[in-house]
Amino acid sequence: MAKKKKTIRTIPQQRTAVRELDPQVRVKNFEEVNCGYTLDQALNEAERCLLCPEAECIKGCPVNINIPKFIESITQKNLRGAYDVIAASNLLAAICGRVCPQETQCEGVCIVGESLEPVAIGRLERFVGDQAIKEKWINMPCAEQTGYKIGIVGSGPAGMACAADMAKAGCEVTVFEAFHEPGGVLKYGIPDFRLPNSVVDAEIENLRKLGVKFVCNTLVGRLFTIEQMRDELGFDAVFIGTGAGYPSMLGIPGDTLNGVLSANELLTRCNLMRAREFPKFDTPIPLGKRVAVIGAGNTAMDAMRVCKRLGAEKVYCIYRRTETECPAREEEVHHAKEEGIEFHWLTAPIEVLDDGKGNVRAMRCIKMELGEPDDSGRRRPVPVNGSEFEFETDQIVFAIGTNANPIIGQTSKVKLNKRGYIACDENLATSMAGVYAGGDIVTGAATVIMAMGAGRKAAASMKAYLKIRDAETAAETPIESFFGIDVRERNYARIRAA
Amino acid sequence: MSEAFSNAGFKILAREDFSDVTYSLVVHHPLMARAAQPGQFVIVMSRPEGERIPLTIADFDRKKGTVTLVVQAVGKTTKEMQQTCKVGTTLYGLVGPMGLPSPLKGKKKVICVGGGLGVAPIYPQARGFKENGAYVIGVLGFRSKSLIFWADKFRACCDELILCTDDGSAGMKGFVSDGIKLAMQGHKNIDECVAIGPPIMMRACAETTRAAGIKTTVSLNPIMVDGTGMCGGCRVKVGGEIKFACVDGPDFDGHKVDFNDLMMRLKRYAAEEKAALQRWSDDCNLMNMTPEVTQASEVEDPAAAPPDPFEEVLGG
Repeated sequence: MAKKKKTIRTIPQQRTAVRELDPQVRVKNFEEVNCGYTLDQALNEAERCLLCPEAECIKGCPVNINIPKFIESITQKNLRGAYDVIAASNLLAAICGRVCPQETQCEGVCIVGESLEPVAIGRLERFVGDQAIKEKWINMPCAEQTGYKIGIVGSGPAGMACAADMAKAGCEVTVFEAFHEPGGVLKYGIPDFRLPNSVVDAEIENLRKLGVKFVCNTLVGRLFTIEQMRDELGFDAVFIGTGAGYPSMLGIPGDTLNGVLSANELLTRCNLMRAREFPKFDTPIPLGKRVAVIGAGNTAMDAMRVCKRLGAEKVYCIYRRTETECPAREEEVHHAKEEGIEFHWLTAPIEVLDDGKGNVRAMRCIKMELGEPDDSGRRRPVPVNGSEFEFETDQIVFAIGTNANPIIGQTSKVKLNKRGYIACDENLATSMAGVYAGGDIVTGAATVIMAMGAGRKAAASMKAYLKIRDAETAAETPIESFFGIDVRERNYARIRAA
Repeated sequence: MSEAFSNAGFKILAREDFSDVTYSLVVHHPLMARAAQPGQFVIVMSRPEGERIPLTIADFDRKKGTVTLVVQAVGKTTKEMQQTCKVGTTLYGLVGPMGLPSPLKGKKKVICVGGGLGVAPIYPQARGFKENGAYVIGVLGFRSKSLIFWADKFRACCDELILCTDDGSAGMKGFVSDGIKLAMQGHKNIDECVAIGPPIMMRACAETTRAAGIKTTVSLNPIMVDGTGMCGGCRVKVGGEIKFACVDGPDFDGHKVDFNDLMMRLKRYAAEEKAALQRWSDDCNLMNMTPEVTQASEVEDPAAAPPDPFEEVLGG
């Protein structure tokens, strides 16, 4: 019997709910809060997709995953096929499904979402990504080895995405990482309750199976320079994905007191150095009881929720604008509220007060109100005269933005722009031939998926520079498309990795 | 711990114990030996569960492909390393050379001051100044004669050497600041004084030279985590501005550094450090371990050393 045609009137109005850990329980551990779909939940949600012929979601995705196609595969219980579709555009499905701001990307333009709740594309991508990790699926490219050596600086999302594409194109790829473990911000920045490090490691393992080599403990720029990579060490092309980790300072009196630290420092100690398991791991971490986190971006949310889990009785968010302007994902603000974090909107810190022994005792703040819009288009916060107040705190974490990592700029002739980021053209080529850059080091702090998109774009430019013809570049030639041959189909061998 | 990447570790080829608190490690790392410059440092992790600690590069041998780190056993990590870092063992993490290289050119007369452990990192600077044609006055300070190390290395590259001991058991009785005063009395045209040692010593050196207006450079040692400029943990106040010691330093103008701020920030994990040390020494007692003090150990022949961890990837 033919299946009844799906329309906006026949599909469930609400998206399939996903199980989340109870807030009272989860604030005591670092378990992943969002538990992911079961197979039944995934099938139910996949049925809500109308498989639009003019799918907006594909355009909404920074790496143009063929979303309707992978969702259709799920409905056919062909999970491997769904993975094939995603992997053609994005090798890091389990990561993106968790951390992408889908609400402003694919789900934000979902046609179902115009009248009902949009299809939960992110949850479905994560479901497929997790299945692939569980089943150890990997798609090995059938590309000929080109003999080109590619050097990637930084093992964060931009570097990983570039590495994946260049490896699939048949190049010898080496990713250099300054830390002792690869993953970049995925490892040190995003806490386990949002993105488990085991998932990051599994995706890195997949890249290794593609032939990518990861060399840690390497500070490019100091151990050897970008110039040396290209001119002495035999790299034919280089991609710089060093990120924008240099934290912006509060710039108020008392901001160097003990107990004041950047969110980056807190998160690195907790996530990468596993300080939350001190003393099993040697790195300590401050354990404030009344923590104030300055800022309301995703990093600030992560810092707040980490402090709660480290045992803080009170965690406050101090933000100078309102919830409407706050840059964090709604989902993260919602989770933070559930976990008991208190939000103080329209508040800014003006001084950190000493307890006489060099530690934080309290913070003086001032209330703000919104005035005229500034350069970013958001209304500029203006202090309200006479509204200063003091409140007790023993730890202040600031997450008010970051700047470019300075090391490549200090050690290479590559041109920087006025704000210290690497200057690139529209193909992500830098001022040095054969050297490309992407991600936060070019744009300033942005998202994981934007970094991945940049990594892929830089890879495309590199392939053009090295004149590599592969599945992606070949499909653009007139002859193949005239005959309706999609060379991207089946241009890989499926293996179950050992 | 994931096996997602290969990390064979960095082999220790030689070890020397100068006293029961200070020891040196010679580590195999040809690429770093090639790139290292005086004034730079590394971040070390002795094992996967360990913490990241900064150590200045005390020496490097570009031909042999080794870097030398001199360590003082003061806390849990450095005391544990004193026991476990024997010849033939490896360091889990070693990254560098970090920080801006010290500018060594264009000076005619310099004083190089090392206090205690600071004697190690000032050595390549003294040698570097000499190689660039300067007249080098070395001032070394130790608590007592039994703690002296590398005096002969300094004699080989300094035009004058002033040795100071707190207790007068060798050289002149006094602190390095007294040594500097002696040097200043003997020479009127000193271009620069570089001082490395505990913050309280560097502060004293800066005060000694301030009135005479001698440019004084210090090497700051705040607590660090990444060492690459992304956490701000190592921030120091210099001339009222915030600088990161790992990427803007570690050298700074001694007359502008806020030493009080640095010393206060160095205490921020004092409670955890004390607890960790207590726990570790309790464990040692439980297992009946006493810290071993080995004499200058046999040196492993670098030619027989393991392949360079980077050679396979970079094609040597």
